[in-house]
Amino acid sequence: MQLLFFLILAAAAIAGALGVVVSKKPVYSALSLLVNFAVAAVLFITLQAQFVAVVQIIVYAGAIVVLFLFVIMLIGGDLPGVAVRPRARAVAAVAALVAGVLALAGLGYALVAGSPAATSGAVPGNGSVQAIGEALFTTYLLPFELASVLLLVAMIGAVALARKDST
Amino acid sequence: MDWISLIVVPAIKSLVLIIVLLTSFAYLTYYERKMLARFHVRYGPNRAGPLGLLQPIADAFKAIFKEEIIPLRADKLIYLAAPVLALIPALVAYAVIPIGPTISLFGQQVNLYIADVNVGFLYILAVAGLGAYGVILAGWSSNNNYSTLGALRTSAQMVSYELPLGIMLVSIVLTTTLATGTGSLSLVELVQSPRPWWVWLWLWIGFPIFFICMLAETNRSPFDLPETENELVAGFQTEYGGIKFALFFMAEYINMIVASGIMVTVFFGGYRGPFVDQVPILGVLYFVLKVILVLFLFLWVRASVPRVRYDQLMAFNWKFLLPTSLLYLAITAVAVALV
Repeated sequence: MQLLFFLILAAAAIAGALGVVVSKKPVYSALSLLVNFAVAAVLFITLQAQFVAVVQIIVYAGAIVVLFLFVIMLIGGDLPGVAVRPRARAVAAVAALVAGVLALAGLGYALVAGSPAATSGAVPGNGSVQAIGEALFTTYLLPFELASVLLLVAMIGAVALARKDST
Repeated sequence: MDWISLIVVPAIKSLVLIIVLLTSFAYLTYYERKMLARFHVRYGPNRAGPLGLLQPIADAFKAIFKEEIIPLRADKLIYLAAPVLALIPALVAYAVIPIGPTISLFGQQVNLYIADVNVGFLYILAVAGLGAYGVILAGWSSNNNYSTLGALRTSAQMVSYELPLGIMLVSIVLTTTLATGTGSLSLVELVQSPRPWWVWLWLWIGFPIFFICMLAETNRSPFDLPETENELVAGFQTEYGGIKFALFFMAEYINMIVASGIMVTVFFGGYRGPFVDQVPILGVLYFVLKVILVLFLFLWVRASVPRVRYDQLMAFNWKFLLPTSLLYLAITAVAVALV
């Protein structure tokens, strides 16, 4: 039952991911990405990680894909066949191949070496808000604060770039 | 027996909830038209049935039997999917709002909510975030400049006002720690946990900020920028007619009901009231009455405040609401840490 559920979800996730690459129109790509994110959120719920699931929806589906759609709408995403130089296409193909092989190798290694994430299921309650909050503010306090500073820097940078000089 | 409580009962509850929501949508339009008429010193709908009570049903039939029109150069798939994408988030948001205490029905204990998830508040934010898709896709797929502009404005508005809304929700979650020692993100526990009177007072001080954010989130007047008919025809829904337009209409009104439900749950004790412990079914009555009162606020604002300009809307959010809500959060956090 669980396996069946997982297989259906996995198929949906892969379909979404393929849709991102295959779609002719950028809007369809963005929507396929949305499907992929949503299915990932459902997968998180099956792993007892409700918090990560909801945050996945809030951040990725609620903000990032909306931003993508904004950009597509503003630059009029329907430009037919953006001219791609053959050389660039070849470079992209090689890069994609390397990245794919690396990802597969990493996944295979994790399966063979049996890293904890791959073998042991999540403990119920481990993905709760309390547990995550506690981990973030004790064990991982420094990385957490560093990430917040990084985000702040990015925000200030965006404001500085977008600002028109008032002079 | 396991699958009955896991699948069948929630399915029945969801079905009932959807039917109730759709019916209340129909009568919310009647309520709004009657109320606006009173504000304007007119009668409002009074032809179809006694007191015009059949008017929503007549409207529904009109919308259903209108001719289906799809603009020639619209992106058909997305054009048709957009109203549905607008309506679904509005409908699913109610799953985590408790509308009454546990009652016994057919000899079984029934909880009057669909899901008591431990991330209830975040669930609401997530669902609110998804509401922007219907608008943005409708505007894009219609292949109409007014629609696109309206969609851009509306989605920018919704994304911006989610920020102070989320911060206010964080402050409210913080106050739950006062009662039990450990906070909770569940709306069901929020209603059940007792809180001292000064917390209620502090919450009501924050209520206007929250209410303004909700007005903007539901695209209601004076923030109904999607429908600025004097500049954008009808915004993102310009190209929609018949039942497809009705779906957008439904989404807007059900969002209003959802927003009222959230505000009642958070600020006015949800289904709680005198004698609820003895007669649990009274809780549902209290909840509905409170929702109707909060809905009246929406209508009252619509009848009395003119629409704001788009730049005013954005400046108001970023220069006033956001700093105010941050200040509110800071004060709440300090107070909770000290008490």
